[in-house]
Amino acid sequence: MDFSLNEIQLMLADSIEKFIDNDYDFNSRQQYADSDTGYSAAVWKTFADLGWTAVPFSEEDGGFDGGPADIMVVMQRFGRGLVVEPYLANVILAGGVLKRAASSEQKERWLQPMIAGDLQTALAFLEPQARYDIANMATTAVADGDDWILNGSKGYVLNGRNAQMIVIPARTSGEQTDQDGITLFAVDAAADGVSITDYATIDGHQAAEIDIADLRVDSTAVLGEIGKGFAALDAAIDDATLAVCAEAVGIMQVLKDKTVEYSKSRMQFGVPIGSFQALQHRMVDMLTDCEQSQSLLMWAVMINPQGGAEAKRAISSIKYQIGIAGRKVGEEAVQLHGGMGVTWELDVAHYFKRLTAIGQIFGNADWHLDKLAA
Amino acid sequence: MNVTFTDDELAFRDEVRAFFKNSISTKIRERQLSGIRLEKDDYIHYQKSLYKQGWAGVNWPTEYGGTGWSAVQKYIFMTAAAEADAPEINPFGLNMVGPVIYTFGSDEQKQRFLPDILESNVWWCQGYSEPGAGSDLASLKTRADLAGDHYLINGTKTWTTLGQYADWIFLLVRTNRDVARRQEGISFLLADMKTPGITVKPIITMDGEHEVNEIHFEDVKIPIDNLIGEEGKGWTYGKVLLQHERTNIAGVARSEVRLKNMRKQASQSIRGAVPLAEDNNFMRKIAAIEVELKALEYTQLRTLAAIASGKAPGPESSILKIKGTEIQQEIDALHMEAAAYYALPYVRAQYAAGFADEHIGYGSETKTSLTYFNFRKASIYGGSNEIQKNIIAKHVLGL
Repeated sequence: MDFSLNEIQLMLADSIEKFIDNDYDFNSRQQYADSDTGYSAAVWKTFADLGWTAVPFSEEDGGFDGGPADIMVVMQRFGRGLVVEPYLANVILAGGVLKRAASSEQKERWLQPMIAGDLQTALAFLEPQARYDIANMATTAVADGDDWILNGSKGYVLNGRNAQMIVIPARTSGEQTDQDGITLFAVDAAADGVSITDYATIDGHQAAEIDIADLRVDSTAVLGEIGKGFAALDAAIDDATLAVCAEAVGIMQVLKDKTVEYSKSRMQFGVPIGSFQALQHRMVDMLTDCEQSQSLLMWAVMINPQGGAEAKRAISSIKYQIGIAGRKVGEEAVQLHGGMGVTWELDVAHYFKRLTAIGQIFGNADWHLDKLAA
Repeated sequence: MNVTFTDDELAFRDEVRAFFKNSISTKIRERQLSGIRLEKDDYIHYQKSLYKQGWAGVNWPTEYGGTGWSAVQKYIFMTAAAEADAPEINPFGLNMVGPVIYTFGSDEQKQRFLPDILESNVWWCQGYSEPGAGSDLASLKTRADLAGDHYLINGTKTWTTLGQYADWIFLLVRTNRDVARRQEGISFLLADMKTPGITVKPIITMDGEHEVNEIHFEDVKIPIDNLIGEEGKGWTYGKVLLQHERTNIAGVARSEVRLKNMRKQASQSIRGAVPLAEDNNFMRKIAAIEVELKALEYTQLRTLAAIASGKAPGPESSILKIKGTEIQQEIDALHMEAAAYYALPYVRAQYAAGFADEHIGYGSETKTSLTYFNFRKASIYGGSNEIQKNIIAKHVLGL
């Protein structure tokens, strides 16, 4: 039984912490988020140069052979830094399906450039009508000779603004909610038939709605087997769920720490507000939520490699926990910061907003509790 | 990071499981399973079986006859005990006064008291709480006045669990009232319950049970040989006592067993009713508690891993008592919810040994409300959960 990080993980943690502390202050983050791309190309290059974009890929694919624990190390620290660079979209989501479904030629074409930081990618995992059911897919792909013709729409495509290649899952057979019959296509974002409406999201990230009208792709665009794309899609979403949970735990810890520090310096009625028992107990509850979330995260990360129902259960457990405890910690942090807590100026508000966004994606607390109740 | 056990630890788990399978008497097992109250002899019989195996002093060092187990071994043992529905041990001797004696007692006191504690020959009870001193323990008033070769004790102790069975009591008493801080001037004494002037008065709790007592001391003469350590240092010794067993207070393994049983029972049709498993609202409540409990299990494992690697337990350990008792109480409430009308019959007699009439309710359904009422104590005892939060605010958050 060992909860400590191994040497490689410690080095990874250390290098990310140094980067966040020295080169990624809150004001820079806000500038990157407000820029045209919504992130810093220079920072992204640094991520690639330092090898962070290579973490979850096999050595064969040009990666570090990292597992969920390594991604936890990265994402928890990205949470602390409130990082807006599209790590989730590129490395976990698009990378997650590419590493599982792509041929070696396809990996050479899309995965390796992405890892090198030279290609921006996205995974269009969601349809507007689907809520949290990723199998609910109305986008169709119909064979036309050796080509495929795609029609449909996708929503909340993370990094849709910048992606040069977008993985678009489409139905090649079956009913609208069947897991069978989904095929993955790697699509050039600039292709005819792809129209992208991008937007900022509440958390300083960016996404896009995508309409696909008579988009023609050839057979080299097909990732993996025809009709068998769901497994890779589902696995990538599981990875992403764990990743944002790790990010959320990092954010919760920051909010707890900032709130405790603030309560020691903020004077009211001639004393620090941290001396009030009513507030002390609420901060203890925040600590408890952070520790319980950290514990569940470690469980989910440790049993993830064995796969199966228990691994799924662990993912639903931690995502449910983050949905409930994340909201609680975020709201309490704002409340205890008083009026300042609701201002745009204070970083606390932005941590809270990212935490809120994480609660909304990849299944909310209710969605995952239903899975656990079954 | 990994939570796998070593081969030695797995072998140890097999050994412990086999012990619990073979060594708990049929009588105790049946009583545990059907919710029948254990009697004094049952507890002693069980604890003596642990002693024979060399496993009575789970937390004790080997030089005093303890197991000397690692943190992981203790965890394996506690989990196996819960899985086997083993009785709780009476903690006042083995987990509380024992460690105080081997840590602060004289050699003579160690020889005199420790073997009988380990072997469960003597039943101990606690004498720290007082009617006027609850969470504010340092305000205790029971006085011990030195009179030659003995102390004269006057005052009242309360919430003494199973004090009606006790042979000995350990006491926190005030030996000096002229002190700057109330924590000073408190001493730690041991008293034979047969000493003249001690009377035990039952307190009936809201479930109708006689579990706790009030104990009166009127001019009780206690030899000075029964003083532990130095006079006036009792507060320090008492704190050690209360800190002991912190990692096991959460009751994680028992709560896990209870939730498993609840899921099993929910899948059955009772009295021809639709199984509760088909009620999504109910199953969601079970699932929510399971998540909290799984988190707590790993919080406890993180604490044990820290101890095992020689580190002091981190902040995660301080939340064990609060969260553990909250979860126990939530499970209590959920059991009642499952029983619906059949939580209401107040038929305590059918849970006493030797009950022969017709049993009302399925299994221990009608006991669910009594358990719920009884275990409201969990968030109050051992330092109320509010006191725990004060401690965490001060020592962990630095407020």
